[in-house]
Amino acid sequence: MVSTTLKRILERGFIIIALILLYTPIILMIIFSFFNTSSFTFKNGFSFDAYDSLFNSSNSAKIGEAFQNTIVIASVSSVISTIIGAVAAIGIFSMSRRSRNIIENINQLPVINSEIVIAVSLMLFFTSFKFPAGYTRLLIGHISFCTPYVILSVMPRLMQMDSNIYEAALDLGASPLRAIVSVIIPIILPGILSGFAMAFTISVDDFIITQFNKGTTTGIDTLSTYIYSSMHTGGGLKPYWFAAFSLIIVVVVGVLLLLNLRKYKSKAHLKASK
Amino acid sequence: MGTQIKNIGIKISNKIKNFRITRSVFAYPYVLFLMLFVIMPLIILLINAFMVNDELSLKNFSDFMTDGSNVQTLTFSLLIGLITTALCILIGYPIAYILSKWSSGRVIVLLFILPMWVNFLIRTLSTRFMFDAIGIKLGVETLIFGLVYNYIPFMILPLHTTLSNIDKSYTEAASDLGANHLSTFFKVTFPLSIPGILSGVTMVFIPTISTFAISQFLGGTSSYLFGDSIERKFMHQLYGVGSVMSIIMLAFVLIANYFMRKSNKGEASRNLW
Repeated sequence: MVSTTLKRILERGFIIIALILLYTPIILMIIFSFFNTSSFTFKNGFSFDAYDSLFNSSNSAKIGEAFQNTIVIASVSSVISTIIGAVAAIGIFSMSRRSRNIIENINQLPVINSEIVIAVSLMLFFTSFKFPAGYTRLLIGHISFCTPYVILSVMPRLMQMDSNIYEAALDLGASPLRAIVSVIIPIILPGILSGFAMAFTISVDDFIITQFNKGTTTGIDTLSTYIYSSMHTGGGLKPYWFAAFSLIIVVVVGVLLLLNLRKYKSKAHLKASK
Repeated sequence: MGTQIKNIGIKISNKIKNFRITRSVFAYPYVLFLMLFVIMPLIILLINAFMVNDELSLKNFSDFMTDGSNVQTLTFSLLIGLITTALCILIGYPIAYILSKWSSGRVIVLLFILPMWVNFLIRTLSTRFMFDAIGIKLGVETLIFGLVYNYIPFMILPLHTTLSNIDKSYTEAASDLGANHLSTFFKVTFPLSIPGILSGVTMVFIPTISTFAISQFLGGTSSYLFGDSIERKFMHQLYGVGSVMSIIMLAFVLIANYFMRKSNKGEASRNLW
């Protein structure tokens, strides 16, 4: 008995220590954002100066622009990826086994491939075919690595669907298009939505592909490429970056916690009602 | 002759009819997209690697091999990748195992995955500032810490999925048949969790060797990884050698993926969301 309680304490301790280690850097970033500093020191005293300069300094416009680029690129590319991906998934699903296999394997390529290879190959492709630099390249790049994830999250839904439902709609006189729009799409909607959410987050988070394809002369920056270049120029980060990072951390973690807790709660609710 | 032509005509018109009806048509735009923006870029990469002045040549390849620093970076990255992956297994496996036994494990595993969604540059910079504040000099050790810190969620997640999907009756049967905890673990649970380990390994090892930025911020001046040197080659317009290095990277990706697929159907790695 003693050994099992000891084991339980050790296990609990291990998990807690691991979680503390995982969260320490993130929490320190938030704490030091209130000390107007560009390293982890308390010497400048508690203040909101970092947050103030995030919105009222000479670089605020540039940060705002980078933020806007990030959101615009992510929204446009995730909407397009979701449409292409959902439509393609329905198509791929009804293909013959062999062609379906081939396409699913190609679709898997951007998922398994290392980001730097995708980035470099797209860059060579865009320069050799003289694609216009800037947003066009970035959007195509983002769509090409987001769409596979949409397909991967829609596919399982299609596989769970009873294929007789579609046939029934046809038998009852619906045209194929009508059957897809009013029968298949509502059934796979959860997959489409989670594919969209995934495409959006992957696009927001992307650094390497954007860095290689934004072009040096266009001056386009997303938040991640702007963070990277600020770290490289002018000897370290200004205090306002600490404020920006903290806001990003709080928003990201908050949104994800909320979404997941809701999902967890609705699952628990389902279980309880059964 | 006439009937044959008629038959062909009927076949073609059937094809056209089918073309309108079948749902697989919906996949065609995306297939075209894949060909154009996924396959073509890789072909261009191959062309850049093996064509010099419009001739097939291995010059870029020999340039890569003869420059000692390239090969050195590659072996250094492989070593760092191995150490990082090993540490991720050593730390991640117990975490996933303990959580798979807890009823609250499914919620707590979310806490381990949450930081993954904060941009990796922010997390890497935070660890960098932390080291600066404590006064630890940047070097190989801090680089490995940063890599483990960044990639351990990718190990914990597939491991937790496989471990919690193992049917409890296997371990119960083993202990009914007289196996103690240790031998139940090594003879039943561990072998059943190998697909999870493998998909964790590919999800940690490949990004580790191909990453850039993390090593620039945490590795001090001396330790670049293979990803950094690919980036540097392209920044210095050395497209040929850079493409050869990217092809080598791609080869690693495909080999790793081949082994992973052999052991499972890649299910664990798809459950990222």
